[in-house]
Amino acid sequence: MSSKVPSDLRYAKTHEWVRVAGEYATIGITDHAQHELTDVVFVELPKQGRALKAGESCAVVESVKTASDIYTPISGEVTAINDAVVANPALVNTDPYGEGWFFKIKLTNPAEAQNLLSAEDYGKQVNA
Amino acid sequence: MLKRTPLYESHQALNAKLIDFGGWEMPVQYTSILDEHNTVRKAAGIFDISHMGEFFVTGTGAQEFLNSALTNDVTKLAPGQGQYTLMCNERGGVVDDLYLYCLGLGNYLLIVNASRIAADFAWLQGLHEKHPNASKIKLDEKSASYGAVAVQGPNVAKFIDAAFPSDVAVSTLAKNEIRMVSFRGELIYIARTGYTGEDGFEIISPAPLIAPVWEECLRSGKDHGLKPCGLGARDTLRLESCYPLYGHELNDTTSPIEAGVGFFVALDKPQFVGAEVLREQKANGPAKRLVAFKMTGKSPPPRQDYAIWSADGSQKLGAITSGTQSPTLGVGLGLGYVPPSHAATDTSLQIEIRGNKFPAVVVKKPFYKRSAGL
Repeated sequence: MSSKVPSDLRYAKTHEWVRVAGEYATIGITDHAQHELTDVVFVELPKQGRALKAGESCAVVESVKTASDIYTPISGEVTAINDAVVANPALVNTDPYGEGWFFKIKLTNPAEAQNLLSAEDYGKQVNA
Repeated sequence: MLKRTPLYESHQALNAKLIDFGGWEMPVQYTSILDEHNTVRKAAGIFDISHMGEFFVTGTGAQEFLNSALTNDVTKLAPGQGQYTLMCNERGGVVDDLYLYCLGLGNYLLIVNASRIAADFAWLQGLHEKHPNASKIKLDEKSASYGAVAVQGPNVAKFIDAAFPSDVAVSTLAKNEIRMVSFRGELIYIARTGYTGEDGFEIISPAPLIAPVWEECLRSGKDHGLKPCGLGARDTLRLESCYPLYGHELNDTTSPIEAGVGFFVALDKPQFVGAEVLREQKANGPAKRLVAFKMTGKSPPPRQDYAIWSADGSQKLGAITSGTQSPTLGVGLGLGYVPPSHAATDTSLQIEIRGNKFPAVVVKKPFYKRSAGL
């Protein structure tokens, strides 16, 4: 089964996506990741205001079977977290790129986005 | 190379997600653990349990031998009856937990955990060699020759007779009974047993016949909501029902008394392996007890190996052996060992999850019990 990989996003090898808009970015986990995790039953997000470095473990997503660490693909300060996904973790499964987003950050260095995978490259990684 | 059951190709065709389960390539889920769990609670599910082991113990000395090797009272079994039982070492630790069926006089079938097949058979062989009546007892390890499926859920009794027509309807089997049934010209075993907390049957057949058995169940059960279910749902279902799982609640340094399955230890039997330690534990109380607990507020799901603390957080009591977010009850719950001082129902506890402690409470077992029927 082929996973959805929207072309307007950037990706980390560790299966997070980033939607960059100027100095801000929204982060979540990919369709491939939610499919691998299966039914998500709990999401733990970083505190608002926390400064994150690219690659830092900052959230936890738990399925029926396992707990998995989530890493921010890009550095910045957390400006918003998705309370809806904390209240209803199944949103990660039903709408990973939309209502299932995790958190927003103000970017420390927007140029970092260039280090992330394009949709084409990430698609090759997961749909090979 | 992982071992595969005779149903491997069926799992592949159904697009199952396959995992390494104790050296076996097994389906953890077909669609979703939550869906499959709920399907078994509300309708019916079929599980491949072909990885489990089948031993036959036969001969005029078989009953007496098994009664000395296993904890439950084998003499209570008439032909066609089964019982849950355990096999202990001299220290009272559990070698394995298993189902024992009496197929006829001097003819017994043991269904053991997949991960314990080699250890169990070696253990039984060791006991056999030392047994005074060894020549009147024969042990056969036939796990590779048999396949098995479990069909579980409230709707199963509605289609089992259509799937396996027989002179005496299969649905007339009482709980823990087993019968031989003719299927496609060969004999298969059908028992009214399971590991989900629902009504259901376990079907054991010669390995080449298990795929036709699986197909027949799916065909007959289709209109009753029967779906293939993986080991993920099997685990959440058994945990809600507080059935222990070897390697989690049970191991060779934990006793059945500590694990809360003393009901299946016939301490009044003349002699069996581990009896001295188990009698002592029963009389004086064990050093630890398996408790069922529920999280009392919002928290991450409790999981195996997380520490269990006293309510005030001052004393580390033990660790979780199995934990999950309960699909049926919608709360975090689990099993774990604590000192008897903290094992009473309603005792407040704390569970440590990633450095934070969350409140929990000891509850009566099981978490889930079906409302009526068998």
